Amino acid sequence: MINLELSDKHQETYNNLRMVAEHMMRPYSRKYDREEHSYPKEMEDVAKLLDSGATARASAPGSPRGAVKNGANLLAVSAYEALCWGDVGLMLAMPGRGLGNAAINAVGTPEQIQQHGSSYAAMCITEPGAGSDSANISTTAVLDGEEWVLNGEKIYVTAGGRCDTLVVWATLDKSAGKAAIKSFIVKKGTPGCEVTRLEHKMGIRASDTAAISFSDCRIPRENLLGSAEVAPDAEGRKKAFGGVMQTFDNTRPPVAAMAIGVARAALDLTREMLADEGLTLDFETKPGNSSAVQAEIYRMEAEWQAARLLVQKAAWMADNKQPNSMEASMCKAKAGRMGNEVTLRCVELCQGLGYSEDQLLEKFARDSKIIDIFEGTQQIQQLIVARRLLGKSSSELK
Amino acid sequence: MQPEADNLLFDLTLTDEQRMNRETMQRFAAAEMRERAKSADAERTVPSEFYAKSAELGLAVLPVPEALGGAGMARSPVSNALISEDLAHGDMAMALGAISPLALVNTLLDQGSDAQREKYLPQFCTGAFRAATTALLEPRATFDPGQPQTRATRSGDGFCLNGTKCMVPLGRDADLVLVVAELAGEGPAAFLVEGTPAGMQRSSQAHMGLGSAQLATLAFEQVELPPDSLLGGGPFNLRRFVDLSRLGICALAVGTCQAILDYVTGYCNERMAFGEPISHRQSVAFMIADIAIELEGMRLMTWRAAARAEQGLDFHQEAYLAKLFCAEHAMKIGTDGVQLLGGHGFCREHPVEMWYRNLRSVAILDGVASL
Repeated sequence: MINLELSDKHQETYNNLRMVAEHMMRPYSRKYDREEHSYPKEMEDVAKLLDSGATARASAPGSPRGAVKNGANLLAVSAYEALCWGDVGLMLAMPGRGLGNAAINAVGTPEQIQQHGSSYAAMCITEPGAGSDSANISTTAVLDGEEWVLNGEKIYVTAGGRCDTLVVWATLDKSAGKAAIKSFIVKKGTPGCEVTRLEHKMGIRASDTAAISFSDCRIPRENLLGSAEVAPDAEGRKKAFGGVMQTFDNTRPPVAAMAIGVARAALDLTREMLADEGLTLDFETKPGNSSAVQAEIYRMEAEWQAARLLVQKAAWMADNKQPNSMEASMCKAKAGRMGNEVTLRCVELCQGLGYSEDQLLEKFARDSKIIDIFEGTQQIQQLIVARRLLGKSSSELK
Repeated sequence: MQPEADNLLFDLTLTDEQRMNRETMQRFAAAEMRERAKSADAERTVPSEFYAKSAELGLAVLPVPEALGGAGMARSPVSNALISEDLAHGDMAMALGAISPLALVNTLLDQGSDAQREKYLPQFCTGAFRAATTALLEPRATFDPGQPQTRATRSGDGFCLNGTKCMVPLGRDADLVLVVAELAGEGPAAFLVEGTPAGMQRSSQAHMGLGSAQLATLAFEQVELPPDSLLGGGPFNLRRFVDLSRLGICALAVGTCQAILDYVTGYCNERMAFGEPISHRQSVAFMIADIAIELEGMRLMTWRAAARAEQGLDFHQEAYLAKLFCAEHAMKIGTDGVQLLGGHGFCREHPVEMWYRNLRSVAILDGVASL
């Protein structure tokens, strides 16, 4: 039966996490925005609190009627939204919650999960010469006796400076294309693995973004995640890489939810400031008969709600085991652009206050920009959606 | 309506009944509407057998209590939204005409008195099409549905009505019209006007689009109405009426935009330029992706508000935002639909130019298609 409200349990979790965001993250937002590259140790307490489950059921499905419907995915997007209402950068800086952890736990062997699953693991995919085109990476892995030897350079590694473990995408044979791309677990401190740079960024400054080089970096043979076999035929290769890319179907809705959270934060603050100036909103008068600022708030609220529902739909489909590749990209595209547009417009509407570092609006706008870029840019999402709609392959619709 | 259910789960699954109903509506829309839409729009009239056939769908019968000759189904704004969406996939204007009686039935069920229900509802359960409609809009710039200027005054035991209503679907023929007015000193009120009483004038009015909805202007000058014409015998919840009608308009917009998406997808895959289908170009393909993305947003916002209405939750803000979102993006989708077909989109041979004209009405329409 059609119902687009969160269940009571999910709503309760969301509310609790909003409290955490307000009281344990917001007070540090400006501090770590200014002190880029300093470690936000206060987030360790937040991480502990989340792990304890005292406030969140974010680690376990919280469905009141069985585990399938409204399971982990819908809860995850609610949690991301609530925490990013607090601060996107600080959320990304929470220890032990890297994308690498997700990868190890998703495809690792029991031994790998036991050994590395609870470390603080970052994900190394992007290279100076390959971003959206992740099938074209050139970091190599060569087996030498009982060790893999890695060579190459990775950039944009979120938490790459602070983590203790890396999951590295590398190719076993560049001529074999996508199918030869495998991921490897590398302990920080392994000789040949070096953090070469921390980026200075527009936003999410609380989150460290590293460049890491691998130079004859030798790791144990058993640190390859999943199977070392390279599929012999084109069909098998396509399938193998498809499996890798499928993980994005699960990660895109939560990343899109980050935009929902930060846009909500900007709208809340803007409406507060405008209310102080006497602005009222009745959600009744037609937009054309309202003041320009009222009409603008109405329009942004509508855009926000549409984006949020798209995110929730994609998560709901994942929970119900429905293929959601197109919907995951749809929600990421919509939420990403909505987040940028809304946060920037809020800066403009609040004028001097919006642009000032006395308030957080300008920071929300800077933080939101990356959400339309990482985990697949706006344009990559449009490409994925268009290919699905039009029934086109990646060689037809480039 | 369902009583408020506690702890429902987020769910996008249709009921079996809704699924079956959708198939019926979609078949009807494809067989009886799509092919006829162009000539109906050009001639600003609908083939006479169309409404008779639409009556066979039993739309207006479904929510009428069994005691009054209906099917006694619980009135469901969600199901009504699905009906509107599917019919609009055939043609928005014909769909608007076909569901106008349902809109009046819904409003009678929602706000009518027992006596009014007993008097009028059986008239919708005869199997024949009962031309009935609702009238709120007025012909002036900056009109706002919350502030109608049509005036009623108490006159003896009855009422005297003055004012002008516009864009009334089936307005030329409907012999039962719910007219929204301001009752002097008492606030918003709605009147059931039967036939064409003295002082009431109907005139067909051509518009940019919606030609086959048979929109008309209804003028009332010193029209005397009987005491039992006042809906519910007292104040009218205009806000609720407007909200429910906004959801109906949203659903019509969703169905029309889905028709555009389906059409441009096929067209752009077939249309060749520079040796390959134009859908191989990102500038084309991304427009189509964006149509799909915003359309899904329109649909989910409409469903959310309708589901809240169905559960007895407050849905005012959701309905307002859904209407705003649908109005804005429907127009954009209409515009992009034409653009994707280039010069062909500008010519009436293809339906997109009609869809473009029809969709301009989404922001303007209010007070019709109440769910």
